[in-house]
Amino acid sequence: MAWDYSEKVKQHYLHPKNVGVVENANAVGEIGSMVCGDALKLTLRITPETGVIEDAKFQTYGCGSAIASSSALTELIKGRTLDEALKITNQDLADFLDGLPEEKMHCSVMGREALQAAAANYRGEVFVHEEDDEFHTVCHCFSVNNVTIENAIRENHLTTVEQVTHYTKAGGACRNCVPEIEQILRRLAPEAAPADADATGDEPPPMSMFRRIKIIEETLENDIRPALHTDSGGLELLDVSEAEVVVRFLGRCGSCAQSGATLDFVRTRLEKALGRPVSVREVK
Amino acid sequence: MTAPLVYLDNNATTAVAPEVLEAMLPYLREAYGNPSSMHDFGGRLSKDLDAARGRLAALIGAHPDEIVFTSCGTESDNTALASALETHPTKRHLVTTAVEHPAIISQMNHLKKKGYEVTFVGVRPDGVCEPEAIRAALRPDTAVVSVMWANNETGVLMPIDEIAQVVKEHGALFHTDAVQAVGKEPIDLSRTPVDLLSLSGHKLHAPKGVGALYVRRGTPFRPYILGGHQENGRRGGTYAVPNIVALGAAAELAGRHMAEERARVTLLRDRLEAGLLERVPAVHRLGNPELRLFNTCTVSFEYIEGEAILLMLSEHGICASSGSACSSGSLEPSHVLRAMGLPFELCHASIRFSFSRYNTDADVDRVLEVTPGIIRELRRISPFTPPALLR
Ligand SMILES: Cc1ncc(COP(=O)(O)O)c(C=O)c1O
Repeated sequence: MAWDYSEKVKQHYLHPKNVGVVENANAVGEIGSMVCGDALKLTLRITPETGVIEDAKFQTYGCGSAIASSSALTELIKGRTLDEALKITNQDLADFLDGLPEEKMHCSVMGREALQAAAANYRGEVFVHEEDDEFHTVCHCFSVNNVTIENAIRENHLTTVEQVTHYTKAGGACRNCVPEIEQILRRLAPEAAPADADATGDEPPPMSMFRRIKIIEETLENDIRPALHTDSGGLELLDVSEAEVVVRFLGRCGSCAQSGATLDFVRTRLEKALGRPVSVREVK
Repeated sequence: MTAPLVYLDNNATTAVAPEVLEAMLPYLREAYGNPSSMHDFGGRLSKDLDAARGRLAALIGAHPDEIVFTSCGTESDNTALASALETHPTKRHLVTTAVEHPAIISQMNHLKKKGYEVTFVGVRPDGVCEPEAIRAALRPDTAVVSVMWANNETGVLMPIDEIAQVVKEHGALFHTDAVQAVGKEPIDLSRTPVDLLSLSGHKLHAPKGVGALYVRRGTPFRPYILGGHQENGRRGGTYAVPNIVALGAAAELAGRHMAEERARVTLLRDRLEAGLLERVPAVHRLGNPELRLFNTCTVSFEYIEGEAILLMLSEHGICASSGSACSSGSLEPSHVLRAMGLPFELCHASIRFSFSRYNTDADVDRVLEVTPGIIRELRRISPFTPPALLR
């Protein structure tokens, strides 16, 4: 399919700046692989006394926007100190290019990560070591780890799995890791709200378990069950906890191929009634 | 973009032939009636439909009453599977290949969710599905087998005669998605025992939005689009007269020029392919070199990615396509190339050039002129290129 690339993106993939390897480089960051479909090798020469990036070059394997993002990155960081450069977010990179299609934001994330890797290499550290105990691969298809996903969610205020896929590629192939991405999203949910959001973005007030159950039961009875009965189906409430609502579908709903969609329907109705996100689990 | 257009993406869609456009225009202008009407103004158009039906039937060795016009290849594919299952309600199993077009694969996955069992038969590294592999997948409760005649990404031709024979011996229905084959390959359904065959107008120089399903006489059938009595009750919906006339005209043209076109375009394709293999190092030709459409050349360039190649070709006015993940709109590279066992990195770098009767030697010259430079430039950018390749 054709992407809506900005003129600037086009210029940077047709005539990329700073292609190659810096001679006498003292910082090297490598990210991605040929299997994943994109990879970036960044080489820098940093003056130890000042910390200024004197020269930056890249080599990229990937699509047009991967090449453009790499080229933009080198342009942005040259002449800055490493500390300044590390403050550049993937959104800054995308902005410099007059925007990237959302599906291609992972290219800008890759640029940033290569820079972090290069910084770690310069300082003699291992990239992302600080989260060693927790650090693990979430998406095995594209080798995306939890730290990458969490950073992308925080920095770009992502709220859906689809967005996470656009920004990091995680969950884009076999989709086995989608539940874990959902978990991370839920965990970071309050953080993800834009900083300048007004009152509507506030956290919902706490709610007692009693009220929670009462509202759920009322919604099931008055709102959800009638809707499902028209489908000659039904729904049984099995359990309510802080973490989730457990239900079982009866009759036709139970055997229907659409039960995933039905579950979504139940969840949205409950969320509306409760004024907060809930997870609904189905027991067969 | 000022560069002249070099259109080598004819497996995606083709230009409407000028003759076809001429043939359909009167039906977009003055002859706008409904062939199902009682009055003569509309009713007389049914003879034009008959003529189109006859032309299309002639192209594939069918009887006119075996042709059901549809809106596209995808509808034909969906109709074929749905009808086969509905007419064999006790059979719960389907067989297809791992390299079908999404028009089949998506339907198969949907049927799986509805409780049917589907066997996706693999292909050889050269992209060919073996008749014996189909035989091994057949079960007593197999309702229908669907194997494409020619693959859209690689052009690989499946041994349809043999596969049809295998399926006939077993007794299941046999459907073939011949969207890429009709108009290019000689097809004679009076000899090949296919029960259902899908085709699409826009792949043979008719406009988008018209296709057909061939239904062999005697094959049980249930309509998929329910409505009026059009198409003998086999497909509801007011006849799309201009499109159907266009498909008839396109079929007639394709049949008339097939032999000479095949010879001429094969030469162009082969010259392009030989030129690329000669001028560019570390390039691979994909798919069986003999068993494939005469118009398709699919190659893969090591160490670089397909979308980047397409963008640069496009800057030079050259239209091609790629099986790379980035150009597919999903993150996964082509399921076809992966089913052939191609490593991911070669899938990412695949480029398909597909010709039509309107391509010329100048088109081939242009591609051969600019491609080596593009590949070299992208390899210069890539971190994986062995330095020896850049010397
Ligand atoms: C093999 C094959 N089958 C089916 C289709 C779908 O045809 P249509 O675009 O007419 O729906 C295509 C075209 O994209 C194709 O190449």
